[in-house]
Amino acid sequence: MEMMKQDKFNFMLDRRRLLTLGTAGLVCAAFPMSTSAEAADADKAIRDLFGDGELNEGRVTVDLPPIAENGNSVAIKVTVDSPMTQKNHVRRIAIISPRNPLAEVAEFQLGPRAGKAEVATRIRMAGTQTIRAVAEMSDGSLWLGKASTVVTLAACIIG
Amino acid sequence: MRWPAPVIALAAAACTPAPTADEAREKLPASALISGYEFLQADTQALQDDDFANPGFLWVDRGRALFAAAPQQSKACAACHGEDGAELKGAAAHYPSVDETTGKLTNIEGRINLCRTRHQGLEPLNYETDDLLSLTAFVSHLSRGEPVKVDVSGPAEVWYRRGEDYFFTRRGQYNLACNQCHNDNWGRQLRGDTISQGHGTAFPGYRFEWQSLGSLQRRLRDCDAGVRAEPLAYGSDDYLAVELYLAKRAEGLPIEVPGVRR
Amino acid sequence: MSIRISAPDTASRDEIIELKALIQHPMETGYRRNNRGEIIERDIITTFECTYDGDTVFQARFHPGIAANPFLTFYTRATRSGTLEFRWTDQNGQSWSETHSLSVE
Repeated sequence: MEMMKQDKFNFMLDRRRLLTLGTAGLVCAAFPMSTSAEAADADKAIRDLFGDGELNEGRVTVDLPPIAENGNSVAIKVTVDSPMTQKNHVRRIAIISPRNPLAEVAEFQLGPRAGKAEVATRIRMAGTQTIRAVAEMSDGSLWLGKASTVVTLAACIIG
Repeated sequence: MRWPAPVIALAAAACTPAPTADEAREKLPASALISGYEFLQADTQALQDDDFANPGFLWVDRGRALFAAAPQQSKACAACHGEDGAELKGAAAHYPSVDETTGKLTNIEGRINLCRTRHQGLEPLNYETDDLLSLTAFVSHLSRGEPVKVDVSGPAEVWYRRGEDYFFTRRGQYNLACNQCHNDNWGRQLRGDTISQGHGTAFPGYRFEWQSLGSLQRRLRDCDAGVRAEPLAYGSDDYLAVELYLAKRAEGLPIEVPGVRR
Repeated sequence: MSIRISAPDTASRDEIIELKALIQHPMETGYRRNNRGEIIERDIITTFECTYDGDTVFQARFHPGIAANPFLTFYTRATRSGTLEFRWTDQNGQSWSETHSLSVE
């Protein structure tokens, strides 16, 4: 009798742990981590978009929250230090993710009429990562900014 | 023979019978009610407060347009309820309530469908359709800031008790009752989240998890799925009863529609 | 399709104005599976364009990594009174747009 009771409780403990582990293996609904959706190469995406030019660090600021409330929607703001004149402005800004199935998240085309080199949007993040933003200037130079966000699992995963 | 502590604790939790008497059902003190808003990160709170960027307003806007439009061979909601729902301001704070004619507990979705069938000669709308979500969001939004206040006496009492029973009954593979997380353990961490008190004042609301606006019943279905219980059908009597119980439990907290939640 | 635009009604010449655009769209990634395990087809808005009296002042290209119900904040210089048009186009070429009149002193 004693033995049976203990088995039953151990079984429940194991099953509960199994369920918890099983559900912990799931990621947010937007990006299931199946083998067919592996993270693309962020560096390659940058080269494809902007060519092989040198990536200078600086001038680009990426604002992201330290922890994402939910990986499905994370507020991001990219600001580039530029006078935005006809002679000296930002041509393009790209947001690149090293862990999403597709590295390129968005590309923005600005120009002197933009007045201010700043864009804000909401992106999906498939897990904790460092998002990169690359800006291409009117003189062809490339500038890189980065910021990291921790993306946690939801409390009750519905899957 | 000594059993390890976690096994004993689990055994105790699993074997304790659910409380049957009212006295055993410890409730949240009215002075200590906290909205789910307080458990959000600052950025998410800011998004809910942003009357432009709050994605829930996409449905409120649409609801406003539907409210004003006269469907074919029928009159618009506005014809009875005033332009832009002027006469419905504050109404949603008193729902769910018992409908006089059917004698049944009715939530906002149900009331909208009763109006459609009784007064507009239209077909009822299904839960989670854009149209019903939009109308519900618009009507509830007219009560934003109003403290919830519901009647649980008379014909409503049996529904209130039913909702209370549901709230305190363990269910699902995890064998958990709502009160165990939302009365006993709110404020503590569950993975990356902080457990809230489980109020429904933000719904219909925009959930990041859904990437859409959704009804309170959709959230209740997610609650059931969360403890690995079979979610009930939309519009089920149990969920209606739970809506009333939750409203009474949250009495005094303001309506936040359209809320933003994880 | 539910759309929200935030733009000033008036501005002084050469003032940099803030523009916000929000549209309801599921931005289905093409990576999710349904209950039967089948892939749910990608369905996303792919481009956004803001024109100012016909001149393009801002463009965006979206990929599935943009959150559902895409939201944008961007800027433009108020040059003269005119019409701002905000246009979204999806992967199938379907588009939605809204305009806003701007008065510049």
